[in-house]
Amino acid sequence: MEEFKFIGKSVKRLDEKEKVTGAAKYVDDIDFGPNLLYAEIIESPHPHALIKSIDTSEAEKMEGVVKVVTGKDFPYKFGLYMKDRYIFAQDRVRFIGEQVAAVIARDPRIAQKAAKLVKVEYEPLQPVFDPIEALKEDAVIIHPDLGNYPHVPWFFPKGGTNLTHRLKLRKGNTEKGFKDADFILEDTYRVPRYAHCCLETHIAVGLLDYSGRLTVWASTQSPYTQRNLFADALAPLGFSHKDIRVIAPYVGGGFGGKAGVTMEIIATALATTVKGHPVKVMWRRDQEFYNTYMRQQVVTKIKAGVKKDGTITAFEMANYWDAGPYAEYGANVVNASGLSATGPYRIPNVSIDSYCIYTNLPAAGPYRGFGYSEMSFSVESHMTRIANAIGIDQVEFRRKNGIKEGDTVAYGAPMNPNGLLEAIDKVADEINWGKKEESKDPNKAIGKGLSIFWKAPAMPPNVTTSAFIKFNEDGSLNILVSGMELGQGYLTVMAQVAAEILSVPIEKIRVELPDTDRNPYHWQTVASHVTWASGNAVKRAALEMRDKIFEVVHAAYHYDKDSLYLEDEKVKCKLHPSFELPLRDFVINGIQTKDGTYRGGAIVGSGSFMPEFTSAKQDPETSQGGHPNVHYTVGAGAVKIEVDKQTGKIRVLKAVEAVDAGKALNPRNVEHQIIGGLLQGLATVLYEDMRFDENGKILNPNFTDYKIPTFLDIPDEVVPIIVEVPQPDGPFGARGIAEHTMIPAAPIIANAVEDAIGIRVKTMPITAEKIAMAVANNKKEVTDFLMIMKK
Amino acid sequence: MKKISFILNGEKRNAYVEPNDLLVDVLREKLGMHSIKYACGRGDCGACTVLLNGKGVRSCIILAIEADGQEILTVEGLSKDKLTSLQESFIDQGSFQCGFCAPGMIMSATELLNKNPNPTEEEVKEGLSGNLCRCTGYTPIIKAVLDVNEKDVDKK
Repeated sequence: MEEFKFIGKSVKRLDEKEKVTGAAKYVDDIDFGPNLLYAEIIESPHPHALIKSIDTSEAEKMEGVVKVVTGKDFPYKFGLYMKDRYIFAQDRVRFIGEQVAAVIARDPRIAQKAAKLVKVEYEPLQPVFDPIEALKEDAVIIHPDLGNYPHVPWFFPKGGTNLTHRLKLRKGNTEKGFKDADFILEDTYRVPRYAHCCLETHIAVGLLDYSGRLTVWASTQSPYTQRNLFADALAPLGFSHKDIRVIAPYVGGGFGGKAGVTMEIIATALATTVKGHPVKVMWRRDQEFYNTYMRQQVVTKIKAGVKKDGTITAFEMANYWDAGPYAEYGANVVNASGLSATGPYRIPNVSIDSYCIYTNLPAAGPYRGFGYSEMSFSVESHMTRIANAIGIDQVEFRRKNGIKEGDTVAYGAPMNPNGLLEAIDKVADEINWGKKEESKDPNKAIGKGLSIFWKAPAMPPNVTTSAFIKFNEDGSLNILVSGMELGQGYLTVMAQVAAEILSVPIEKIRVELPDTDRNPYHWQTVASHVTWASGNAVKRAALEMRDKIFEVVHAAYHYDKDSLYLEDEKVKCKLHPSFELPLRDFVINGIQTKDGTYRGGAIVGSGSFMPEFTSAKQDPETSQGGHPNVHYTVGAGAVKIEVDKQTGKIRVLKAVEAVDAGKALNPRNVEHQIIGGLLQGLATVLYEDMRFDENGKILNPNFTDYKIPTFLDIPDEVVPIIVEVPQPDGPFGARGIAEHTMIPAAPIIANAVEDAIGIRVKTMPITAEKIAMAVANNKKEVTDFLMIMKK
Repeated sequence: MKKISFILNGEKRNAYVEPNDLLVDVLREKLGMHSIKYACGRGDCGACTVLLNGKGVRSCIILAIEADGQEILTVEGLSKDKLTSLQESFIDQGSFQCGFCAPGMIMSATELLNKNPNPTEEEVKEGLSGNLCRCTGYTPIIKAVLDVNEKDVDKK
């Protein structure tokens, strides 16, 4: 094993001091000066309606109102993978809360008052909220122009319907696979919508200065992607990318919700109407729920066949995803999770159809896990039931069918090196798998659940990233990257990578938050790929600097470059043990030679990284032939719970999760991802319960009624476990783990509930109410789905 | 507009406020205390917690005029000279991720430790249960607060 000084060490977070002193600046903490204007949004009260007229005259008359803007001012579409979203609604609205117009005023209270004076006349249309209903032939069409929308080549929208994308995957022969099976189980599972609930709501401030430069400060995961989409959406205004600047200060939580572009385009567009004045758009908590992205709802039908010995022979699945009325990002959730929907199993015959469907609920899109959490709930519930039905222990079943390095995944690519079996064994061991435990309280029952997971980064095949590093006079470093510190510890880990190569201690390194004027390109901080991709770019930049250092020393001292190495901020030489040259002595002003002249100059490094083996050129009828994913990160989770049979309340006695980080560059950060991500996942199954009324209006867009966990709702014990099977092309063997930590949470609870009280819940969430009702009514299966309240 | 005065982080400060101005807005916008975060606007999440006469309050549901003549402490006040043992403990444990909940959490934990310098794990959970965090799963925060027991408790 290579010995590292900084890699694999739980060094302190670079950002922690700023965060515990209140010094860390988030967008709303920046002083934008006395010219700052505030925007208030006029929102649709209808889930689906035509806009007949908008009268802004009364609002415009109010003192303090600077401007009222409507869809007529910005007849442009935008979107990440498909252009189907509007800056402001045009001829129609498609969900309750959609932005129809905006009042810009000098004071937020005036903006709010004036917004009430904007009169919008609507002609209501029939709405549709259920994805399967929306696919029916007589369903109301939400986007009559769908057939004309630009999109990436791997989407297949069907004009004249609500089907915005269909992922079709075929491997082997499922008909034969089911014939070979001794046992077949077929069932339907349902996962409702969820909200990210970042503590900081979305906020963006746009400013078009008098010279024509457009600057946007945003709480964002995606400064470069936003700049690109702003330039694209506002193309008629003629901005060059160089004249748009996106500045990304600290972000108060992202979880996918601040990827791509949602409300930021509103602040950007409004800024272009009031030159010289910054315009702030900040979502209130309720807007944060309904007008960014939600997690999608999905109905999953699975049929799987096994032999008596537990070998899986065939797997057939249909997923009906409710993307809301704008699927520009959500369709890629459907695509990516569809390609990998088998979960980490070796299955010879596979058929998967994933449908991305427009509905009149709010727009849905990326959320930590990117569809894999939803697939995991159904697949891992199903696999557990199959193992139990044929009398094979679940752990044994998963060990037998779990995917191994070199196995072929469903779309035909080979599986990367991974520690799936080690993860299974470690969580099983930690939870005392196989040992039945009894509660002392006769009204309570103890159960255990286990599941396995995988996830690949979902990205375009040519996604890229880059890094600049520069030395300062004292040998300290500034690293410029455009990945985002979302809390995962990105800044710290990038510093560790550079420290390892350049022998500069962490205390002497700053990693700068993104500013598209200064920091080089990075696509987006999503997909749990920044440790891997940005880490590779930083490593390359640091290696380039090391080469330059050796070059300078060689030029001045004529030592063979291959004999030079860095240690403790000094250049040393294997052939001349007495030689030591501190970096601070020359990395800016060079090395003086005998004749008084100098060699060298300020040392800077640059590095970029793009996977060069990926392709999205798969056959649309089978999804075979491409190489859409760079690699998978795998793991396993398990839980021990106590269920109160009278109240239905679940207490998590112990939760365990193992994830294969390849190489944990900062083990404590990995453990903290596991602890935090697992609770976020447990919340989706135990507490969070989004409800809409019969018109598609969200009823609980706040933390009083949409329950995210408090200190009192955490498991009694959480055990994070790190597995390390190196990723060959990762920096020091690392791969991403952050999103993954959420994925096993829902099925481990569902499986543990069945183990405890013999009730299989096939719909999320698994609330106390559902369990208590099932016990009271003596039901063995629960299929109630409560997301949309009936009249 | 009404003139109010209070002791903010040990200094006498004045502000002209409307009767319906919220304390969070006045502290952030008029007095520059940007550590305080506005996140829910209804007292659910605790991100705007400040200590009013030593007691944790939600500054998003308190009117600024209610603070007239009182004493207010924010994270800026804790950080003036050296950090408190509690802040050091959070740094040592790497407790926070996105950090948006941190200032409110620190004020609630400061209040807790002022009242009860040696809390049990259950007391920490109970004492901080009004402060939401979406990133950490809470465990690293609990650890840091319990860890302060081992050090000198800053009785600020």
